[in-house]
Amino acid sequence: MANTTTNAAPARARQPEAGAVAIPARRRRYTLLTRHDKILLALMVGIPLTLDVILIWGPTLASILLSFTNWDGVGDITSKNFVGLKNYQFMFTGYTLFWPAFTHNLIWLLWLTLIATPLGMLFAVLLDREIRGTRVYQSVFYLPVVLSLVVVGLIWELQYTPTDGFINNALGLVKSGHIIDWLGDSRINLYAILGAASWRHIGYIMILYLAGLKSVDPSLREAARVDGATEVQTFFNVVFPVMAPINVVIVVVTAIEALRAFDIAFIINQGKNGLELLSILITNNSLSEASLVGFGSAIAVILLLISMVPIVIFLTRVMRNA
Amino acid sequence: MATATAVAGARIRRTPRGRRLKPARMVLHAFLFLVAILWLFPLAWALFMSLRTYGDTALHGYISWPTDGLTLTNYQTFWTQGELPLFYLNTLLVVIPGVTLTLILASMVAFCCTQFSWKFNLTVLMLFTAGNLLPPQVLVVPLYFIYTHTPIAMLGSIDIGSFSFALFSDNNLLYDQYIGLILIHVVFQTGFATFVLSNYMKTITKEITESALVDGANVFRIWWSVILPLCRPALAAMATLLFTFMYNDFFWALFLLKTGDKRPITTALNNLQGEFFVNNNLIAAGALVACIPPILVYIVLQKQFISGLTLGSTKG
Repeated sequence: MANTTTNAAPARARQPEAGAVAIPARRRRYTLLTRHDKILLALMVGIPLTLDVILIWGPTLASILLSFTNWDGVGDITSKNFVGLKNYQFMFTGYTLFWPAFTHNLIWLLWLTLIATPLGMLFAVLLDREIRGTRVYQSVFYLPVVLSLVVVGLIWELQYTPTDGFINNALGLVKSGHIIDWLGDSRINLYAILGAASWRHIGYIMILYLAGLKSVDPSLREAARVDGATEVQTFFNVVFPVMAPINVVIVVVTAIEALRAFDIAFIINQGKNGLELLSILITNNSLSEASLVGFGSAIAVILLLISMVPIVIFLTRVMRNA
Repeated sequence: MATATAVAGARIRRTPRGRRLKPARMVLHAFLFLVAILWLFPLAWALFMSLRTYGDTALHGYISWPTDGLTLTNYQTFWTQGELPLFYLNTLLVVIPGVTLTLILASMVAFCCTQFSWKFNLTVLMLFTAGNLLPPQVLVVPLYFIYTHTPIAMLGSIDIGSFSFALFSDNNLLYDQYIGLILIHVVFQTGFATFVLSNYMKTITKEITESALVDGANVFRIWWSVILPLCRPALAAMATLLFTFMYNDFFWALFLLKTGDKRPITTALNNLQGEFFVNNNLIAAGALVACIPPILVYIVLQKQFISGLTLGSTKG
């Protein structure tokens, strides 16, 4: 993997070998890596990389292959198992849960993008100043982020349950008999769990955005203030454009969170009755008694394709920086 | 640039302006205070519920002050009958090796990709980063079948009391084993940790590595005794963050473990929901007990925690 040796002539460092570890030849340095070093470097990258390829990228590609089969998880996959695009055809036309789940993911994404993420940014802007107790507020808003979504789900169940939950009792709905079934009514339960998910998401975005705000050159703001700009004008015309890189991260994080959404919905009712999500349909089809491995994989491919959008945006940004 | 004078000018004008803004400041404080209360309320309510018995709430309703005072009964029940120590032990057995191995692997990759220039270092970094951004659900199905078809040696077990830790498998497979769960955590999180650590290591000048090479150190030693000590703050930050990620994991353990007694606390909690949690007061106690470790870590290591998150976003 490497091609440089101690005291080798500079020219040897230029050997165009694949994956070569070379101190750039144009610097005309003596290369310092021994053969032993090169083997060590190859192992230090090679072992984690092999694991990553086998356990992350391999299965991802396997999902794509499986999506063209009707494999049920038992026995070998033979040519008889390949059914072409049948899974996709059924998914788009015959499977009644696909479009609801797709819509729920979309609502999730819109909710986070239009409500939760802007709120997190607002909190960050409000707390990014010399204000008494700013650290305490930050800690409080950030607290839910360290909790698992299982715990978040259980804690919010205590708020939402029909007769025993806080909300219905506080609103007097239990006494008057007009109980709202926040988690059971399929017209509203998605928004109820989005409330719980936002409790966690807002703090996360706030911390990311605060770090970005801290990196903005203070003299920019001072200059804007001298020029008579209000705080709101300063933010939108000076700070926000400077924050473009972090804004991209925020958008990517938000999109990925929305696509990964699984835990809360699964804990509340295993993702049924109004809480269907693409992620849950995958496992409900493939890793359940149904054993529709091929069909579940087709849903996984759709989720993968959608996820590639934020991932590619993120990687292009990393590339540009490097 | 005229910023120096601008700053000086702003300083002079700031004091009277600050005074004029005072009502606005009060509104801001009131707003933040109310939101903070709102933020803490669900946790506070869970705490209140957990300190009351079911009989008490049933009798007086949920919004009432308990006549017999507050009690720790629910926690006692949960600790003794909910097999809580076992679940905590399971979590530790996964999280401690998981975090350690992730940091070792990720720091090695980050070291090789930032301290040396070679053809594919950017590609490798991108593979790791992108892998961590994938929704786990797109790869869990084939992963499940890999796990159920990978033979792992059965070399007995380490028994501590009623607890048994298999070396390395008790069913000849990777599936339903601690090592299987550790493995996927390590591999998945190595993507994230590599990204963050390489951002950090980019700031270390390559000359350090070069001069160590001149002194005759091999790359492994340079990684271990030169670069890693320099990365201590980033490693501490990552360790804190990885601890919470793995502690809070629900998804991998749900699909890669089967035996109830092997479940880590977070996944076990979901199962208790159906079987053991007969009332909301007990659920409240369970949820709170499960969130004590991450909250403690957060309170004690807040600085590391936040710098870990922000390292990944601002410098990337």
